[in-house]
Amino acid sequence: MKKVDFLMAGVGGQGTILASNILAGVGLELGYEVKKAEVHGMAQRGGTVESHVRWGDTVSSPLVEEGRTDYLLGFEMLEAARWPTYLNKESFVIVNRYRIAPPAVNLGKDEYPTEQRLDEMLKESAGKVIWINGTELAAELGNPAMIGVVMLGALSSMVGGEDDAWLKVIESLVPAKFLELNKKAFAAGRNSIQ
Amino acid sequence: MAKKLMTGNEAFAYGAYLSGVRVGAAYPGTPSTEIMDNFSRYPGVFAEWSPNEKVALDVAIGASYAGERAMASMKHVGVNVASDSLFYAVYTGLKGGLALVAADDPSMHSSQNEQDNRNYAKFAKVPMLEPADSEEAKQYVGLALEMSEQFDTPLIVRSVTRISHSSTPVEIEDRQPPPPPEDPPVYERDVRKFVMVPANARHRHPVVEERLRQLAEYAETTPVNRIEEGSGELGIIAAGTSYQYAREVFTEASFLKLGMVYPLPEKLIRQFASSVKTLVVVEELDPFFEEQIRLMGIEVRGKDIFPIIGEFSPAIVRSCAAKAGLIEEEQGQAESAAAASRASELPVRPPMLCPGCGHRALFYNLRESGALVLGDIGCYTLGFAQPLSAMHFTGCMGASIGVAHGIDKAKVKDRTCAILGDSTFFHSGLHPLIDVLYNGGSTTTIITDNSVTAMTGMQQHPGTGITLQKQKTKAVDLEKLIRAIGFEKVDVLDPYDIDAMGKVLNDHLNSEEPSVIISKRPCVLYTREKNPPPRVDEEACADCGICLDLGCSPLMQDEGHVSIDPILCNGCNLCVKVCPSEAIIPQQS
Repeated sequence: MKKVDFLMAGVGGQGTILASNILAGVGLELGYEVKKAEVHGMAQRGGTVESHVRWGDTVSSPLVEEGRTDYLLGFEMLEAARWPTYLNKESFVIVNRYRIAPPAVNLGKDEYPTEQRLDEMLKESAGKVIWINGTELAAELGNPAMIGVVMLGALSSMVGGEDDAWLKVIESLVPAKFLELNKKAFAAGRNSIQ
Repeated sequence: MAKKLMTGNEAFAYGAYLSGVRVGAAYPGTPSTEIMDNFSRYPGVFAEWSPNEKVALDVAIGASYAGERAMASMKHVGVNVASDSLFYAVYTGLKGGLALVAADDPSMHSSQNEQDNRNYAKFAKVPMLEPADSEEAKQYVGLALEMSEQFDTPLIVRSVTRISHSSTPVEIEDRQPPPPPEDPPVYERDVRKFVMVPANARHRHPVVEERLRQLAEYAETTPVNRIEEGSGELGIIAAGTSYQYAREVFTEASFLKLGMVYPLPEKLIRQFASSVKTLVVVEELDPFFEEQIRLMGIEVRGKDIFPIIGEFSPAIVRSCAAKAGLIEEEQGQAESAAAASRASELPVRPPMLCPGCGHRALFYNLRESGALVLGDIGCYTLGFAQPLSAMHFTGCMGASIGVAHGIDKAKVKDRTCAILGDSTFFHSGLHPLIDVLYNGGSTTTIITDNSVTAMTGMQQHPGTGITLQKQKTKAVDLEKLIRAIGFEKVDVLDPYDIDAMGKVLNDHLNSEEPSVIISKRPCVLYTREKNPPPRVDEEACADCGICLDLGCSPLMQDEGHVSIDPILCNGCNLCVKVCPSEAIIPQQS
């Protein structure tokens, strides 16, 4: 039975919800049964957010099972490293090289782990870890908020599905006036992975 | 038929619309908020944000008495507020179908407790349905309305966070909702049925008991309770999300999937139990099924295997089942424990007040005052957290003022104040405020008026002058209301005027007169106000940490000075005001 499980991790306000909507739409487009779960509410206020998206022949639980994630998209470096229990030695991780300091770090009471340490932590749990400068790429195109589409571009090169399937869903979910920009963001993400 | 991904909350609204619900009422509360929000957008319906959940349920009951189909929606603790109305409606019965959609929050993602509202079904003697995905959410609302009319009772449709906020496929139906009646509906003046004085209520209780008996019969044959045959070695009884997790884990087992979770189908359960070697209930939170099944004299396992605390997940169900020997132990448990321990060293990222939030300026002054602050439920609850650390109690909606009054009457030495939001005040703040006045209290009450219900995602309320369906309406004027009930010491000011607020706060805290401060500043997420970030003069910065103690995320400790993240900064300039070195310089737009 085929299944593909995705986890997206980030900070409230980074656009993980739009990205998970797109990813769910692509799954439907490719003919899978799709379920998706995320928590709203308090998490909006700058807290940790996580979105689960599952594709499969049949899908029961909307939550990805710990230890069984196929792809983890980390929208923020520290948040990428927060979910090792969801990973296994086959898991693929894409990390956006972008840092948002948590309050204790801002106050000088805790330390933000180094990029090297985060990379080590991820590699202890995952099969492959790829870093991209997603926010930077999105910012160069004019809007750092397009990070989600950049990340999906990077993901698309591994998950498969024709570009058309992805772009069709993106077209249906982003406002028309931002469509061209989002297409560029998707391509930039896709090209960032060689 | 086309399929579309919908959240459970979207599907509840869609199901209600398709089934001809024309009156809906709710108070926002995570994870239920989007139910009424979505319902309100369908054509030909009336939907409102009520001041609180009890009012919402009364409104839905009234519409149903008049013969219309109606829905009330709320979060689990909202049912506590509405429970008085639930209990009388179970006795009276109704005319049009009535569905109360109530969403539990196991693991307390956004709540003060994780009560299991299935207990309300037994307590109030009301039937309950529980969907396991969005398609069922749509269908069960329709079924609830039909059953409500057939059995002359309200019904509860129970959701949980993972149903309300998960998206699963829903069939988009060709049918249209039934047309509204041509003649205006009639409230039948049936006094014996609708006037619950003791003499009448005594006649109704036997009706309620007989109805429950009939509902239990119905439960035996309703297609929403179904047996899914498996190996017969292991039989699982489950409902809702637990059913989905169990389906992932127990691939060989037989299942009794319950869509109707109260009253239970005893014969069906007996039949299922006799067809399997081991019977196990997989249920989140309380042993609600397990205890009832055991009372039937049936041998069953449940809470000896699965936790009573917190929400389930596929991994929790799998690891508990493996420990109990129900399935083969999987490799990787030790690795998982090591990974969990690595993750636990990472700095946490708790929710915090937004950059530019008016509450932050108020809490700055409250912390300075050293007062004992009795809080309430809303964004401002985040004022308890470091570094603001200026709230010392939060219980439930509206509790702040009464608790402050009680503490004052117990004669503690501290200066005290109650603090609650504008929406929370309209929800349940007025009665305790009247109590303070009536019973000679001295409590200072602060209403943090940001002119919207912000925490749940920007809903309108009686003070905003706009309804859920975007109609202009009378806005209740907080100051006039509070003066009208008899308060004479009332001040309204902007918390960003921190010097003036400091003086007013001290004046009120020191006064024996009961008083109210309205701390008025609109939510910046709602108004979308954003100004240029101020600039830090690194030479002038004394690195004293006073601005960092505002707990504002763009302000960061840097090498020997602070710096400001311009993407996160809202440009509110509160840090400019508190900096003793004039090292943070406002910028013109």
